[in-house]
Amino acid sequence: MEVQLIKIEKRNDVSRSIYFLTPVLAIFLTLFGGGIIFYILGFNPIEALKFFFITPISDLYGLSELLVKATPLCLIAIGLSFCFKSNNWNIGAEGQLIFGGIVGGGVALLFYNHDGFYVLPIIILSGAIGGMLFAMIPAILKTYFNTNEILVSLMLVYVAKLLLDFLVVGPWSNPEGFNFPETRQFSESARMPILFEGLRIHAGIFITLITVFLSWLILFKTYLGFQIKVSGLSLKTAKYAGYKGKTMIIIVFMISGACAGLAGVGEITGPIGQLHRNISPDYGFTAIIVAFLGRLNPVGIIFASLIVALTYLGAETAQIFLQVPKYTGQVFQGMILFFLLGSDYLLFFKIKFLGLKKNEL
Amino acid sequence: MSFDLNFIGILIGAIMASSVPLILAASGELITERSGVLNLGVEGMMIIGAISGFALMIVTGNLFFAVIGSMLSGLIISLIFGLLTQSLLTNHVATGLALTIFGIGMSAMIGKNFVGIPGKEFPLLFVNLKESIPFLGPIFFGHSIILYFAFGLPFLTNYFLKKTKTGLIIRAVGDSPTSASNQGINVTLVRYSCILYGGAMCGLAGAYLSLIYTPQWIENMTGGRGWIALALVVFATWSPIKVLIGALIFGGITILQLHMQAVGLRIPVQLLSALPYIMTIIVLVVISRDSRKIKLNTPTSLGQIFYKEK
Repeated sequence: MEVQLIKIEKRNDVSRSIYFLTPVLAIFLTLFGGGIIFYILGFNPIEALKFFFITPISDLYGLSELLVKATPLCLIAIGLSFCFKSNNWNIGAEGQLIFGGIVGGGVALLFYNHDGFYVLPIIILSGAIGGMLFAMIPAILKTYFNTNEILVSLMLVYVAKLLLDFLVVGPWSNPEGFNFPETRQFSESARMPILFEGLRIHAGIFITLITVFLSWLILFKTYLGFQIKVSGLSLKTAKYAGYKGKTMIIIVFMISGACAGLAGVGEITGPIGQLHRNISPDYGFTAIIVAFLGRLNPVGIIFASLIVALTYLGAETAQIFLQVPKYTGQVFQGMILFFLLGSDYLLFFKIKFLGLKKNEL
Repeated sequence: MSFDLNFIGILIGAIMASSVPLILAASGELITERSGVLNLGVEGMMIIGAISGFALMIVTGNLFFAVIGSMLSGLIISLIFGLLTQSLLTNHVATGLALTIFGIGMSAMIGKNFVGIPGKEFPLLFVNLKESIPFLGPIFFGHSIILYFAFGLPFLTNYFLKKTKTGLIIRAVGDSPTSASNQGINVTLVRYSCILYGGAMCGLAGAYLSLIYTPQWIENMTGGRGWIALALVVFATWSPIKVLIGALIFGGITILQLHMQAVGLRIPVQLLSALPYIMTIIVLVVISRDSRKIKLNTPTSLGQIFYKEK
């Protein structure tokens, strides 16, 4: 007779505490998996993980860098959470970020000789509008031409990258720049104010925090937020309730595009200060992981963005001290998402350890 | 005149070569999707195949091992996707994205020591026929064995899906997993097999890039071909023969823009490089406009999680 040691049962309701605890479990599993990878590469896993996750944030400069990286990640992920909650798969935030950067950067170059308090707000606003318009392409193609938004938004990433490349090499390149593929440095009034002398943390963090608050308001206190959540849970219900599906799809794409555009413009007016080929180390893709790790919840996304930002810093530190490529960060990011999705199993199923009873032996 | 004709033949041969990775990856993904599984990790599996093929070729010096190894590594990495989506019932879209991010990172990590090493020459078949017959020679001869395999694959896939029992089972699982399961078919097993097959084909597609097409290792060398392969499956409305046609069209655009760059037209290089991506969007729009046609051909359970109460 077969003896059953483990029994798997379907849960009737999803436990809320487990819902927010599984991300923590996923992070621990990722550390474990990362340790194994470091061991295979021939490093002492504990020491390597220390270089990766502790060293980068053990001083004030490191903490400031953590916030510098978390600022765009959090912002984009907040925007994406609107899309993902309503079952719209916008995976081209990277392209929207770049396009927002292009529009914002173009305006910054236009105001090159202007001084005044109004310059920066205009740049920021135009960046947000740029990202928003770029995100409307997949949204409109999805609603009116039934086109798959995953593929369209992704293809547009490549288009945006090539457009940026064209601009910084050609028409927008610095006239005194010895043909380097970059624009002029923006003027002082086009730069985000630095918060502390000697650190890179800038005022963009306030944009992120305000966006987090606004998104919480929209999601939990407005009819639109309610519609988004219902459509995510059941499209049929949303249809019966008479929600205007097409309008909503376009709105969530506009929100997430604007957020990505803001992130882009925040990068070029903040830490970078000009346009060049690589204005984003794939923040737009990594933010997808941040959105999931934060459970598509505004507060959760804040924590998740800090953790994922740490993988960027850790990869840089490990590159210096352990000579591993900076892509190690991406391996960690992929693993976090794997483990997170996998541990969701615990949400819907109970695993009971029955043990061996005496009479069965 | 005969010289011009020969040049066109060479051009067609080049178009065929550049469509090979798309045919391989899209044919593999087509089988996966026909079983109801949407694996967005094509790009990640291809890049893993590319680096493992190249690394094995450098380490063992044996091209056969390299090709087989690339397929195995594609298969192994797709197993992660299978475990998550089939056994742990995770969302297909998110898991596929994770696979791509993980694959790109992992390939760069493995490939660190292989950057800048020149590749080995891959044996081409019937080279003397290619040179002695004008026009037709460069089209039909002087290719690698993988190209011939790739051009046969859509026909084999078509036959397999339409005429064999296994093919029928795969389609049944994709269209109605519940009824298939009630007929005694192990849905999970069928889907696992289709995922692994798709992984192996994507691995081979990657190896074609790093061993034959541009024989070296460059980070991110797949450059979005995995995503274009995914788009091709939609373009082909899940029919293998149309995958072949679509891949040739995209191969044509790629070669055409390369030639336009070489000729030095006054069109910016970046605009030409963006052409394949813009064309993908336009083609998708044209194909998808008819929502009835798409609905009719899409595997009904595509991307849906199947769970059998035990």
